Amino acid sequence: MPLLTWDELPAGGAVRPDEAERLRTGGWRTGVRPEADVSLCIDCLLCWLYCPDSAIRLEGEAFAGFDLDVCKGCELCSVVCPTDAIAMVADDD
Amino acid sequence: MIEPRLLTGGQAVAEAMRQVDPDVVPVYPITPQTPIIEGYAAFVAAGRAHGELLDVESEHSALSAAVGAALAGARTMTATSSQGLALMAEIVYIAASLRAPVVMAVGNRALSGPINIHCDHSDSMLVRDAGVIQLFAESAQEAYDLMLLAPRLAEHPDVMLPVFVCQDGFTITHSAEPVALLDDDTVRAFVGDYHVSAPLLDVAHPTTRGPFAMPDYYFELRHQLAAALHAATAVFPELADELCGLTGRRYRALEPYALEDAQHVLVCLGSTGGTLKDAIDELRAEGEPVGLVEIRSFRPFPADDLRAELADVRRATVLDRADSPGGAPPLFADVAAALNGSGVELSSVVYGLGGRDIHPEDVRALVSSSERRAYLGLRGEPCPV
Repeated sequence: MPLLTWDELPAGGAVRPDEAERLRTGGWRTGVRPEADVSLCIDCLLCWLYCPDSAIRLEGEAFAGFDLDVCKGCELCSVVCPTDAIAMVADDD
Repeated sequence: MIEPRLLTGGQAVAEAMRQVDPDVVPVYPITPQTPIIEGYAAFVAAGRAHGELLDVESEHSALSAAVGAALAGARTMTATSSQGLALMAEIVYIAASLRAPVVMAVGNRALSGPINIHCDHSDSMLVRDAGVIQLFAESAQEAYDLMLLAPRLAEHPDVMLPVFVCQDGFTITHSAEPVALLDDDTVRAFVGDYHVSAPLLDVAHPTTRGPFAMPDYYFELRHQLAAALHAATAVFPELADELCGLTGRRYRALEPYALEDAQHVLVCLGSTGGTLKDAIDELRAEGEPVGLVEIRSFRPFPADDLRAELADVRRATVLDRADSPGGAPPLFADVAAALNGSGVELSSVVYGLGGRDIHPEDVRALVSSSERRAYLGLRGEPCPV
């Protein structure tokens, strides 16, 4: 997304919810990213519940992977996963 | 128009607040501003003003509450002086950057230390670069008039910034003079209703205010603030014309006085303009080609107007009621920047710190002096620079 000029920005930098959805804050990620072994996943959705952002994707009520555009690499999902289906791996991107 | 009444500047501004009738007024008392909020509180107690008067625990809280109220969708006013403004300073920057159109009456008073309660402009200058509009009144009448204009200026869609209406502590806040008020209905019609885009209480259109800005956006948002202040330069004369239609009193971002054929022009802020006008009348009667420019809008600073008004003068003497130890006094710095390359000779006079009076004979002395840098009435030789 190209950076906006001063006169393209809303007054005072106000942010609307639809704009927040477009922000790719995953650029701040800490150096690790989650990786799931879906054969172990029981769709308990604890990872979705605990994720402080919106980095867990769902299909209906089933786990459907990660949205790395907003994942910060906090590791909470891998810690709360009861079946150890989520591992943190080096983020080389 | 109602017959002029004998009012102090504080009372006149309290009357303006009653007539504008803001929705929320968070306050904390401090001399010499206190008569403003006491006067307004008496109107609320008597049922003659209808704002939510919030007695908060500090000026920091007063301005914080004002910012929240203004963004929530309420017309908001407050008032302060000196240490109160210093305690608010953090929130003054935030109010400006969040584009909260809070109107604040300032009774200018020297900053500590040493502690002092009398007038100078060091408090206003402390927040000079915050991005707020600062208008300086010469008299109680001007403080009243500017307090009516302030909400319109603050809330103008091209501006959306806090506006300070500054009046000299005690010299104006506590001195009674005839003040002509408009009638209440005329004021209500002039100020109109409060509209901001996307007020926080409009839950159908939620917004986040005050988001974090990283190096990729902070600079742009600060420049946006500078552009809004610049926009106020064009909005002020439109509103001043409209108000003049009601009062017969016309305001400009600067007020020229006796500039025709003037060779030596004085420049000042605030009530000292009245003293200078008297002194200039006497000097003019003796044939001295002396004039005056009073800066009414210190921020945004009317640099283009000043350059145009002083195009043909030989010398300008800038009177600052605040010093900048180790640097150029603030008004002098702005005037020097505006006149850079014009060939006008510039002198700087710091005067009146901590409420020390300035008299017409002092003005006579500084007009005849060839000093480029002076400290009016200072005992002892000024330190070298």
